[in-house]
Amino acid sequence: MKESRLIKTVLFISVMAFIVAGFAFPVSAKGKLKVGFVYVSPIGDAGWTFQHDLGRIALEKNLGDNVATKYIENVPEGAEAERVIRDLAKSGHDLIFTTSFGYMNPTLKVAKLFPKKMFEHSTGYKRSKNVGTYMCRFYEGRYLTGIIAGKMTKSNTLGYVAAFPIPEVIRGINAFTLGAKSVNPDIKVKVIWINSWFDPGKEREASEALIDQGVDIVTHHTDSTAPTMTAEEKGVFAIAYHSDMSKYGANAHLTATTHVWDKYYTKVAKDVLSGTWKSEAVWGGIKEGMIKLAPISKKVPADVVALVKKTEKMISDGSFHPFHGPVKSQDGKVVVEPGKSLTDQDLLNMNYYVEGVLGNIPH
Amino acid sequence: MGVKLLFKVEPRPVPLKKMRYLSPLIAAVMMLFSGLIIFSMLGKNPAIAFHAFFIEPVNDFYGLGELIIKASPLMLIGVGLAIGFRANIWNIGAEGQLAMGAVFGGGIALYFNESTSGFVLPAMFIAGAVGGMLWASIPAFLKTRFNANEILVSLMLNYVAILFLSLLIHGPWKDPQGYGFPQSILFSDSALLPVLIEGTRLHAGVIISFAAIGVGWIFLLRSFLGYQLQVSGLAINAASYAGFKYKKMIWIGLLAGGLAAGLAGVSEIAGPIGQLLPSVSPGYGFAAIIVAYVGRLHPGGIFLSSLLMALLYLGGESGQMNLDLPSAVTGIFQGMLLFYLLAADFLINFRFRWKSIPLRQGI
Repeated sequence: MKESRLIKTVLFISVMAFIVAGFAFPVSAKGKLKVGFVYVSPIGDAGWTFQHDLGRIALEKNLGDNVATKYIENVPEGAEAERVIRDLAKSGHDLIFTTSFGYMNPTLKVAKLFPKKMFEHSTGYKRSKNVGTYMCRFYEGRYLTGIIAGKMTKSNTLGYVAAFPIPEVIRGINAFTLGAKSVNPDIKVKVIWINSWFDPGKEREASEALIDQGVDIVTHHTDSTAPTMTAEEKGVFAIAYHSDMSKYGANAHLTATTHVWDKYYTKVAKDVLSGTWKSEAVWGGIKEGMIKLAPISKKVPADVVALVKKTEKMISDGSFHPFHGPVKSQDGKVVVEPGKSLTDQDLLNMNYYVEGVLGNIPH
Repeated sequence: MGVKLLFKVEPRPVPLKKMRYLSPLIAAVMMLFSGLIIFSMLGKNPAIAFHAFFIEPVNDFYGLGELIIKASPLMLIGVGLAIGFRANIWNIGAEGQLAMGAVFGGGIALYFNESTSGFVLPAMFIAGAVGGMLWASIPAFLKTRFNANEILVSLMLNYVAILFLSLLIHGPWKDPQGYGFPQSILFSDSALLPVLIEGTRLHAGVIISFAAIGVGWIFLLRSFLGYQLQVSGLAINAASYAGFKYKKMIWIGLLAGGLAAGLAGVSEIAGPIGQLLPSVSPGYGFAAIIVAYVGRLHPGGIFLSSLLMALLYLGGESGQMNLDLPSAVTGIFQGMLLFYLLAADFLINFRFRWKSIPLRQGI
């Protein structure tokens, strides 16, 4: 008896709950340009996604009532992403930024289904009529931070926590090393690969291992603040990536190579509003304002800061290229002839270490 | 003389069988009510939030297709794991077995990339099943031979399998035209599952999952072997007294999970993904453990609970898109579901009894 009453009560409550849940409240849209963003991780308070979100906020601020933005964070790459991108397109977003490499094929698949919508994929290399790509020349910033590291190190050994052995990451390691060697020929760079874009635990372990091996400046091509925090605890310097991480290492943080998407996102949305948008492969650096150094620590001497500023200006006006010859690879082979600079195609396919980097690229 | 109302927890003389099936329902309803509170605290109208979370994702054909795609690997792996769980064999390694299934099946797809034969897909599934079972046979062997704990062994092998997949994709199976990014070439059409309904992503792989529900039901509830598994789980001594071989149960329990996970892995790469990536699953192998439990280790229940879990994932995305709910809400809902289920399960074997206790007079 009692049991059947229990069943009835539970059934009744569940039915009521689902009826309440079923109320329809349509969400209305106005005549604004709706811009969607797909993020690979939670926004957090530093890192790759955080920088994209700063760009989104700037876009909203710059274009005010003309745009409405929407972001979906923590979207896994691969099969999941396709649904999210499709849902954004279906729900009236005319411009969609997909901000991780693994969204490349899903973005193209969805773009085929929505030929009138415009898509911008970050870090990829496949385009179509309504899919453009954009990326930043962060290696320019890496070269500049290399100069600071080369001047500030006492042990002449720098540490690099790296995510995956792909050209993008290798390019950063090489640019950093070349920058450091340009002011200090004795520089050695030690690299630890952690096979993850974001893993604070592994990033910390790798940083500790590097510091134990005599490294006195740690930099990283990963997403968390762990390397900076580890450097702070161990009393060595850190050069951060993606975001200004100075609040995680008041003493350690020398500067950071930061990605700045503010101008670019605003420009793309303006182009879409004025009907002039077209699919392009954008690769912008210091000149375009996509790469900026975070404020340089007071611990860095004024002459070093001046040298950095001067080089920054030369990169910006095109009179200097971080990969200008002669550049030798790790095994002593000349990879860039004197007087020449690497082409974009060579940069995109980079699969060797330059002289000064220790160890081998894992395969 | 006052009377104080107290309740007392006492074991039920006979376990309340109906509670076994009511408790998932109670848990789901409690989850919804807690959701009500959470949505209100986030300043959202709960009715709108529920609509966005539970109705919006499945209010069209495409959405229903997505729900089934998402539920498909969960129900397939869930049934496979339930076979072992019923015999108290704890296979926590489905995520790795899924990855190995993808490695074996994907290997076939890449090797026969030029082929247009109709045998490529079946060969991929057979290879994937073998891969998953091989991986599951390691903990089975170590358990039967050396009595090694299968929870630890299978859990640790997850990482080995995922890193092995990553090794292949960073090395020999990397797309040579892919600018060094870790991904394989896109599979040719002969290695892709056909789409069942035009305009959705619903692929033929879901048929395998539905079939698994049927086969699992017959095996677990209508076969002597299924009965033996259950008896071994409930009372190992009784089982051995009856002459059931526990080692055989261990092998069957683990291999069933490996088989299901391997097939799910092939289904994912030949279905929505269409290539090999370093990560082929957003944690289906782990989520399937919750699914199996919420589904009471019963194929019918697993079918329903996999749909519920899938809806929670889709709802999380929809909630972000429509209401700017944080992505963590999905995790909170899943956690609450399991939490309430465990709490409600307590009532299977225990009951509350209200008691009036006369307060003692004087001191």
